[in-house]
Amino acid sequence: MATFLSHETCPTIKNILLLDSEGKRVAVKYYSDEWPTNSAKLAFEKSIFSKTQKTNARTEAEITMVENNIIVYKFIQDLHFFVTGGDEENELILATVLQGFFDAVTLLLRNNVDQREALENLDMILLCLDEIVDGGIILETDSSIIAGKVATHSIDDGAPLSEQTISQALATAREHLTRSLLK
Amino acid sequence: MAQPLVKKDDDRDEEADYSPFLGIEKGAVLQDARVFNDPQLDARRCSQVITKLLYLLNQGDSFTKVEATEVFFAVTKLFQSKDNGLRRMVYLIIKDLSPSADEVIIVTSSLMKDMNSRTDMYRANAIRVLCRITDGTLLTQIERYLKQAIVDKNPVVASAALVSGIHLLQTTPEIVKRWSNEVQEAVQSRAALVQFHALALLHQIRQNDRLAVSKLVTSLTKGTVRSPLAQCLLIRYTSQVIRETGVNSQTGDRPFYDYLESCLRHKAEMVIFEAAKAITELSNVTTRELTPAITVLQLLLSSSKPVLRFAAVRTLNKVAMTHPMAVTNCNIDMESLISDQNRSIATLAITTLLKTGNESSVDRLMKQITNFMSDIADEFKIVVVEAIRSLCLKFPLKYRSLMNFLSNILREEGGFEYKKAIVDSIVILIRDIPDAKESGLLHLCEFIEDCEFTYLSTQILHFLGNEGPKTSDPSKYIRYIYNRVILENATVRASAVSTLAKFGALVDSLKPRIFILLRRCLFDNDDEVRDRATLYLNSLGDGSVAETDKDVKEFLFGSLDIPLTNMETTLRNYAQNPTEEPFDIDSVPREVKSLPLVEKKAPGKKPTPLGPPPPAPTSASDAYERILSTIPEFANFGKLFKSSVPVELTEAETEYAVNVVKHIFDHHVVFQYNCTNTIPEQLLENVTVIVDASEAEEFSEVGVKPLKSLPYDTPAQTFVAFERPEGVPSVGKFSNTLRFTVKEVDTSTGEAEDDGVEDEYQLEDFEVVAADYILKVGVSNFRNAWESMDPDTERVDEYGLGPRESLVEAVNAVISLLGLQPCEGTETVPNNSRSHTCLLSGVYIGNVKVLVRLSFGMDSSKEVAMKLAVRSDDVNVSEALHEIVASG
Repeated sequence: MATFLSHETCPTIKNILLLDSEGKRVAVKYYSDEWPTNSAKLAFEKSIFSKTQKTNARTEAEITMVENNIIVYKFIQDLHFFVTGGDEENELILATVLQGFFDAVTLLLRNNVDQREALENLDMILLCLDEIVDGGIILETDSSIIAGKVATHSIDDGAPLSEQTISQALATAREHLTRSLLK
Repeated sequence: MAQPLVKKDDDRDEEADYSPFLGIEKGAVLQDARVFNDPQLDARRCSQVITKLLYLLNQGDSFTKVEATEVFFAVTKLFQSKDNGLRRMVYLIIKDLSPSADEVIIVTSSLMKDMNSRTDMYRANAIRVLCRITDGTLLTQIERYLKQAIVDKNPVVASAALVSGIHLLQTTPEIVKRWSNEVQEAVQSRAALVQFHALALLHQIRQNDRLAVSKLVTSLTKGTVRSPLAQCLLIRYTSQVIRETGVNSQTGDRPFYDYLESCLRHKAEMVIFEAAKAITELSNVTTRELTPAITVLQLLLSSSKPVLRFAAVRTLNKVAMTHPMAVTNCNIDMESLISDQNRSIATLAITTLLKTGNESSVDRLMKQITNFMSDIADEFKIVVVEAIRSLCLKFPLKYRSLMNFLSNILREEGGFEYKKAIVDSIVILIRDIPDAKESGLLHLCEFIEDCEFTYLSTQILHFLGNEGPKTSDPSKYIRYIYNRVILENATVRASAVSTLAKFGALVDSLKPRIFILLRRCLFDNDDEVRDRATLYLNSLGDGSVAETDKDVKEFLFGSLDIPLTNMETTLRNYAQNPTEEPFDIDSVPREVKSLPLVEKKAPGKKPTPLGPPPPAPTSASDAYERILSTIPEFANFGKLFKSSVPVELTEAETEYAVNVVKHIFDHHVVFQYNCTNTIPEQLLENVTVIVDASEAEEFSEVGVKPLKSLPYDTPAQTFVAFERPEGVPSVGKFSNTLRFTVKEVDTSTGEAEDDGVEDEYQLEDFEVVAADYILKVGVSNFRNAWESMDPDTERVDEYGLGPRESLVEAVNAVISLLGLQPCEGTETVPNNSRSHTCLLSGVYIGNVKVLVRLSFGMDSSKEVAMKLAVRSDDVNVSEALHEIVASG
């Protein structure tokens, strides 16, 4: 794991978490060494999960503060998405990252966003995280570009996706990618 | 790859219905990793195994060094496969395994090949992986490629190189700094994120060069920065430049302010907010500068997105601390946020309104709050109650509606903490707003009629006893109080009896009737209730309408200025040694013992520990007094004022361990040297301490009590007494030498030789300081105690304490310098606070009571300033305390 960079001026993401409806990990990524051990990480996940559990973050992203960290989060089905930043961070930047992650996952899972789909396509989720943030620095926030980068690698005829949808998804993703190349 | 990641022939197929990773086991997955070595690579199979490995790592499983190395080597084989998807997974797992330097070499060539591949995605990822795992030496080899990549026409490749550059700058800045030409070119890129990454890297390369940063900002603020993220960065850099240049003194204009203001009209909300925030954080911002930012934030308050509302209200909350007037325009929008679904937003809205609200909006605010109180959790209700309390203190004229609000919510359902917060608030309002007293007391009376919390009932009864008799019509409270005697449990009944007695003592006309009620209590089935009734009946006189004795009043209302722990130990001793003499309350030592550390964590009502830890004697000062009184030479020194804690005069584990306790008397000082001989082969005789008091001029030696013999491992004491002038807190430094006759001991028989040798042993110096003349004595209600002291004795002055690490350090330093007892938990400084008030109390030699109010403040350069206000029974003592601080 990369060491956390403490540049005060560059927007920095402390972690991205994808938890299930019981607060268990689906995929997590820590970019800050503020939580050095796995138990510290689990405790942090537990505290933000229990704090946000009862809120309704299904239509719009919600926001709260836990231990001097800003947490933006959004839920869908049995999946809970979280993005964390320091308390001086621009809340809207964090929300943009969350939205990018959320929408990219929705694209990649073809709108069947739930825990089971996420675990069955964990490789895509992990690649998706890898394309959004690198060592705390935002790489990309546009969901279609993120999904496009992940999907280009999934040319796989054995996948249980219906042929049509995958080719559609790829088409959109490629189109976005090409557009971003030509900008 | 979206296939269930279990083996086809696996018998766990049904369970996998829930999770494809159900029952996954590290050992089995590591076995599976052998497929990486197959000559015919099955790309999909390999991807699945990598996913499983990543899953394990993600769940917090860790691989041993050997396991990680094996997996890593196996993974390197997968570079042979041409499968895109598999290659991506390989990149991921290499990053997660974070290989060691000697392992990195294995993949370097493969990754370098990928860096120069024709597939952009390979290039971008290979750059990120390589830069993540590489060290400086390798970096020089690939530097050329990275420089090229920065200006690559593919934005993904360029961003990968730039972000890697940002990371590498931390470890190998000298190399990355050589890329600034390429980075500068990338800043002009048409791709949004490349511009963002390039700007971040360029600023970091130049951040120590103020001129260069200023130039960068000047040129970019004129040009067009496309990416919103890059725009946010530029705003941050601009604020930094503004901070460093300051205001143009002639025109009063701030450079670059126009740029920040123009960003308020940007199309991206992210940028608008960043600019508004930057403006509010400008140092010494003027109202004119602030207005456009506030207007923008006000618009965000009514956004449909919680994140925007939160960001806006949080920023406005901060502005309200310094510029409450500027925020008042937003009050109406803010009021609608009180009922926001998101509690963080609602809390921020309330606290902001409190800072900015004016008197006329109070009623409306109360109505708003009333409407949503029932929907929220206790924890949040407490915040609201506390907010109401401070609002009421700010606008005392509005006490009626606020008090009504409090009494209404008091009647509703709620847990203990919540009710306690309400009761505390009412009590504070009654105390601070005289007009609110009668209605407040009646609210409390009604509350105890139906109160399930014994603690609150007794607190209220106690308070009622103190305040009720002073109201215009005390008799109306009697009914409520006597109802408690009939209906409640023993604890509440007992305190109701005490409350009745207080009414009897203060309101002479009520006395006969109180007597009737108290007599009825004599038949209560609880001992404590009967005892109290008996006590009060006997002390209040004969039940006729007559004024109560002053002593009785003192007994009923005076506070017990003795620490309860000390009282408890003294009473215990008294009960263990039955004597004919009655117990004398003056025999209880008044000095507060330092409590064990564990307890300090819970300030406030701490339960008094039942026996202190074994090494400390039941009461140190008791023990000292007993020892000293057995020494005839010191018998005429009078009463012991204070004994210090032992000061070690030797290092740990030396031949002889010596520490000293300083005993302060009115005219004398006695040093008690506690000596321990740690050498089994030696017996020390005629042990004395030679004290050189040449640096303590006001002291003159008057007596020495040598120690006859000091066998191995048996602590014993020798004393030296000094005379000192009365009244002045003489200070000085004492150097000490231990002198003794040493005799050899035969350890097998334990017998000492007859002949001894004279010897000396150098001890460390110690000082008698001002704090030695001050007793730590706490007061239970500092405010009352402070106000009851003559204001003419007050001496106030300000001191600069110089730069300090934190306020905590400054506060502790002053407390230990003065040697006073911190009151009401004010010795704990909240984290990161910039100002703090600390209350101290104690007794100065000559039994002069001293109260101290310390206000600390810290500025941005960590300079700490302190205001010291002292009140005491004697003006000279107030001045003496200032001298201590001035010279300390």
